[in-house]
Amino acid sequence: MTAPQRRRLLVAAAATALAVGVAAAGERRSGSDDMAPETRAMQRDDTANPGMLWVQEGEALWDRPAGRAGTACSGCHGAAAASMRGVAARHPAYDAASGRPVDLAGRINQYREARQGAEPFAPESQELLALTTFVAHQSRGMPIATSDDPRLAPFRERGRRLFEERRGQLDLSCAQCHEDNAGRRLAGSVIPQGHPTGYPLYRLEWQDLGSLQRRLRGCMAGVRSEPYTYGAAEYIDLELFLMSRADGMPIETPAVRP
Amino acid sequence: MPSRREVLGAGAGLAAVVTVRPARATPERLEAAIREFAGEAAAEIRAGRVRIEVPPLVENGNAVPVTVNVESPMTATDFVRAIALFNERNPQPNVVTARLGPRAGRARIATRIRLATSQKLVALAEMSGGSVRSDSAEVVVTLAACVEG
Amino acid sequence: MARVLITVPRTARPGEVVEIRTLIQHPMETGYRPGASGELLPRGIVRRFVCTWNGEEVFRAELFPAVAANPFLSFTAVATESGTLAFTWAGDNGFAQTETRTITVAP
Repeated sequence: MTAPQRRRLLVAAAATALAVGVAAAGERRSGSDDMAPETRAMQRDDTANPGMLWVQEGEALWDRPAGRAGTACSGCHGAAAASMRGVAARHPAYDAASGRPVDLAGRINQYREARQGAEPFAPESQELLALTTFVAHQSRGMPIATSDDPRLAPFRERGRRLFEERRGQLDLSCAQCHEDNAGRRLAGSVIPQGHPTGYPLYRLEWQDLGSLQRRLRGCMAGVRSEPYTYGAAEYIDLELFLMSRADGMPIETPAVRP
Repeated sequence: MPSRREVLGAGAGLAAVVTVRPARATPERLEAAIREFAGEAAAEIRAGRVRIEVPPLVENGNAVPVTVNVESPMTATDFVRAIALFNERNPQPNVVTARLGPRAGRARIATRIRLATSQKLVALAEMSGGSVRSDSAEVVVTLAACVEG
Repeated sequence: MARVLITVPRTARPGEVVEIRTLIQHPMETGYRPGASGELLPRGIVRRFVCTWNGEEVFRAELFPAVAANPFLSFTAVATESGTLAFTWAGDNGFAQTETRTITVAP
């Protein structure tokens, strides 16, 4: 190997290490690791975790017939505890019909339209959040395991670029806070690494349960940039990247966050 | 001889640990709410037998877990009639007022409350004999970093 | 019908003090929050909570806007006899909801 070749190899290796970032550099921490003990206790206690109210709602929706077909989710999928186990851990997944990744909420709406013949739920609607939380909850405790389908690679890469791209009037990228400064404090709060381990989750700031997209929109508004509309491809690509970055971390849905 | 920086550093550490601040004049509304709850016993409220459990530092004021525990045998002749929780700096002084009796078994309530800013909490317990006991606690409230409108 | 999470033991011994935890889905709109247009959203909270054991009141609470959204209340009651616990929430805008749970009290 010549000297320039060796130099290029070293640069490439360094770039790869930097790109993988937090995942390789050492300890990955879920948002729950950075929370106050009281908030962690709230998440752990199913009798006090407000997110469980939505799980309960989702459980009822799972059995409710809908659409022209008049079937419920349970009509085809049976008991969710068995059929939905591991599903959230694999999403966003590649959707052959659209040639793009689809997130869990999008998948639920796809099935609603195609199999039940019903109107898809509006983004961030109570029904969609409840069903998504209920389905994701069936994967609680399981490690995130995004698909290694090679067709997802370009979308994951786009998600990574979005994560590293500066935006907004404050001209900040996700990486600058959640990669370079994770663990340090901003206005008294610990900056988390930003792993989507518990979505949809109950956020004390919202006094409500919301999706990852809601959280991303909040961050974008925080750096004074125009958030993408709900359902935008950018969110799905970002989620795919974030979930890959969190591969192996256990799902906590419904999480509680400050 | 410690440097000024070392002394200041130690002082900052101390300030973070010490959460009990010297009693300050309570705002009028809190006083009025306490008087209204205690009635005739207002002049003789004594600290003790009541304990507020609340984290001294809270990362979000929207849902702060609070427990109020009152020592009492809770028998037919010696029980806690009511527990009331008040705050100092929210728009309104009352938080929650619970009515109990011997059927409760224990004088202990837990809930989650909203705190608009760092402030003092006051808990009063009205005993079956007519006396009123109290406890207070200071809570520091930090806010989420990126506050959405 | 608001979603509710109630935790009560299924069984208890006579005289045992049991812990009861309740959580109800409700925004507890304080009346101090501005909406999108800048106007204050009107108050809409749960104001009263009552728990009865076979019809006899064991616990009551008056709630104010300082109680967090999706109000959580934990309290205790002495297990006297088997029967039905009733939980009633009532508040602004005619909000009213009752839930029941049964408990078996045996030595």
